[in-house]
Amino acid sequence: MWPSLFPEEASTIAPRVDALYFFLVAVSCFFVVLIAGMLLLFAIKYRRRHEHDVGASIHGGMVLEVTWTLIPLGIALIMFVWGAKVYFDEYTPPPGNSVIVYGLAKQWMWKFPPMDGQREINELHVPVNQRVKLIMTSQDVIHSFFVPDFRVKMDVLPGRYRTMWFEATRTGTFHLFCAEYCGTGHSRMVGQIVVMSPSDYQAWVAGGVSHNTLASAGQTLFTNLACASCHSAASGSRGPVLNGIYEQRVKLQGGQSVIADDAYLRESIMNPAAKVAEGYQPIMPTYQGLVDDEQLLELIEYIKTLKPAAASAPSVTTSEPEGQGTSQPITEHGKSSSAVSSPSAAPTAQR
Amino acid sequence: MSTAVLPRENYLNTDYGLRSWFLTTDHKRICILYLLTITLFFAIGGAFATVMRLDLATPAADLVSDETYNKMFTMHGIIMVFFFLVPSIPATLGNFLIPMMVGAKDVAFPKLNLASWYIFTAGGCFTLWALISGGVDSGWTFYTPFSTLSSNTNVTLAALGIFIAGFSSILTGLNFMVTIHRMRAPGLTWFRMPLFLWSMYAASLIFVLGTPVIAITLLLVAAERVLHLGIFDPARGGDPVLFQHLFWFYSHPAVYIMVVPGMGVVSEIVAAFSRKRIFGYTFVAFSSLAIAILGFLVWGHHLFVAGISVYSALVFSLLSYFVAIPSAIKVFNWTATLYKGSISFATPMLYAFGFIWMFTIGGLTGLFLAALGIDIHVTDTYFVIAHFHYIMVGGAIMAYLGGLHYWWPKMTGRLYPEGWGKLGFITVFLGFNLTFFPQFILGYMGMPRRYHAYPPEFQTLNVLSSAGASILAIGYLIPLVYLLWSLKYGPIAGPNPWGAKGLEWTTSSPPPKHNFETTPIVTEPAYNYSELEETAVV
Repeated sequence: MWPSLFPEEASTIAPRVDALYFFLVAVSCFFVVLIAGMLLLFAIKYRRRHEHDVGASIHGGMVLEVTWTLIPLGIALIMFVWGAKVYFDEYTPPPGNSVIVYGLAKQWMWKFPPMDGQREINELHVPVNQRVKLIMTSQDVIHSFFVPDFRVKMDVLPGRYRTMWFEATRTGTFHLFCAEYCGTGHSRMVGQIVVMSPSDYQAWVAGGVSHNTLASAGQTLFTNLACASCHSAASGSRGPVLNGIYEQRVKLQGGQSVIADDAYLRESIMNPAAKVAEGYQPIMPTYQGLVDDEQLLELIEYIKTLKPAAASAPSVTTSEPEGQGTSQPITEHGKSSSAVSSPSAAPTAQR
Repeated sequence: MSTAVLPRENYLNTDYGLRSWFLTTDHKRICILYLLTITLFFAIGGAFATVMRLDLATPAADLVSDETYNKMFTMHGIIMVFFFLVPSIPATLGNFLIPMMVGAKDVAFPKLNLASWYIFTAGGCFTLWALISGGVDSGWTFYTPFSTLSSNTNVTLAALGIFIAGFSSILTGLNFMVTIHRMRAPGLTWFRMPLFLWSMYAASLIFVLGTPVIAITLLLVAAERVLHLGIFDPARGGDPVLFQHLFWFYSHPAVYIMVVPGMGVVSEIVAAFSRKRIFGYTFVAFSSLAIAILGFLVWGHHLFVAGISVYSALVFSLLSYFVAIPSAIKVFNWTATLYKGSISFATPMLYAFGFIWMFTIGGLTGLFLAALGIDIHVTDTYFVIAHFHYIMVGGAIMAYLGGLHYWWPKMTGRLYPEGWGKLGFITVFLGFNLTFFPQFILGYMGMPRRYHAYPPEFQTLNVLSSAGASILAIGYLIPLVYLLWSLKYGPIAGPNPWGAKGLEWTTSSPPPKHNFETTPIVTEPAYNYSELEETAVV
């Protein structure tokens, strides 16, 4: 049997990458045939027939030079624009609901901490025909999340959150590779993406409910680290109240502002002095070394569940622009998590 | 073809003994020193590649351990890039030919030239020491924080070896630039220069401007490993991606160090074996400079998935397309040169054809990598491996071998056997394409680079590639054997066996110690095969 020499097209972006690829293949074939053909034709037609023959007295031609400068330039610009369009769409998560997945890379495995499904190592279950948004970080060196059949790849960096998305269009099992060299077991840092039909996926999620969801673990941490001693309305506003802060714009000292996304929340825990919210003193100590990457995800996930207090401006939640739809990941991801986010009192609420 | 005898006195027989070689300041002898040194490095680097290709013939990682495999590709890359490809054409052919082509007795700073070789060799010994005393597994790219925090191999030693060798590049580039500026014979204006000089000038610019950056970068890696500075360590507030910016700021232009001199060689060969002036001389000359300058502005295309903003990715993608244009101009001009030429199929010309084929494929596949949407999929896969081997091995080594054959009679006074030359070319050409073309398909299928073990569906293409590599290995041995044979048994070449134009062909072969009996005076443009009017320069 002749082995397949082309990867499956198993995501929404794959056919678009392939279309661009085939355009480039066609252009390349044209130029290879043109140049090789001309070379062969001239070399044979004008082969040296007598030992002392010399070539004709031709030294150049401006028309030709301009032609073969401008035509390739025009073709190159088409490639540039087309490629940029695909890249933008691939690296900019579209609005609307997505399944949120966290990814932790480490030498030499992929960990997908459970939002409320099953804890997964080197294997990720996702539903078909539904957008999946990945928020990834590395616990040691640089890795790269690469699923050839989806045509997606993104380097996973230590100390930073990187966000990518894909939407699988076929059920099945697909290779997950680490594409950035990461040491001895680099070629063993492989896994699989299991794309399931919606009903199978629901069953799979329901089958693995553990009581320890990310957010509930984060709540425990939040309590144990005594975060609420500053970050609560009762604390005399030593630190900002975190209810409803996720994906909102935060004003900083010095007049700038920032969206409180995963990366900002992470930075504020690890390096609190980097961006201090307006009206507060830079008194928070760093939690570098006190919480690891997985615990950070738990804390952030918990902060996301903190609904704004009813008294404070309700417009905060409704003013969300259409591009920020990813702030309701929990409800999207299965019903079991709603219990966690229901109490909307102070973050220290004992449950 | 010639019953002549070797010139009674030439640079090879004026002095004898090791001292006359190791203390020589003659650019031609220094060329020979480099030739021997880099051939040794090529053999070592090639041996690593052979082990890798053997191992990759099966999906299971069964020949060597993971650690060994990682050291193999690291040392293959370090040695081939820094100790073979970067110095290959400049340090050998450049050293031999630049003074001869400008009509001078030597380079501008002969002692510095010898010092460059010593520095290069010292750097090479350092790196070999790193290899023998346990090896390095960081990849030739030394990406942080793996190289600074995770790898427990001889990264520091290897980085210092490259750091030292870098000074040799800088001094060589400086020497060449000054030679071309200051030592041209009377009448040799800039636009009468052979195109090889233009391309060597462009490469020297990169040597001088780019090498300090890689030196600083590798020093920072060494310092971070030893002193734990935290420049690249995110836990200490550093940025691991910063390293990639610094590294590629040199290492992308370094690709042009490898290929632009090759373009110069090909221009010489195409002109000589078509007996015709290069079509569009000024376009070819300036395209070398354009590549050298634009080459400094495209490093970001190595970072499209690494964590740069989408807007900077846009800029780097666009600039990468711009740098493709001068390369395309060269290919079209070489092709047009053949039109109504008097074309000989001698071995150097075959290598020039081979270069154009390889470089065209390598260049066109570069367009795939510059296309942002495709790069996401193919970067860090075998597609990239295939692409840069087509440029750096297919392109640069084809040109190097072509140039070596073309000027071999000048360097040694003897001709190699033509039949064996053609056989060697055909073996290298077929072996190379069989090795690397399947890797494009493999890469698009998704096989990541630097993988020791791989899923079984990738095996067919890997077997093809390994088969090609064994043919390629034989192909490289053939010229080695007959070129050595020709040193003693080759027919005497005479001063100008090809009927070529250029000052180097006006003196005896091998040339006398001071190259020319009298200072040449240049009265005509380069490649003046059909007695052109000089005013007709485009």
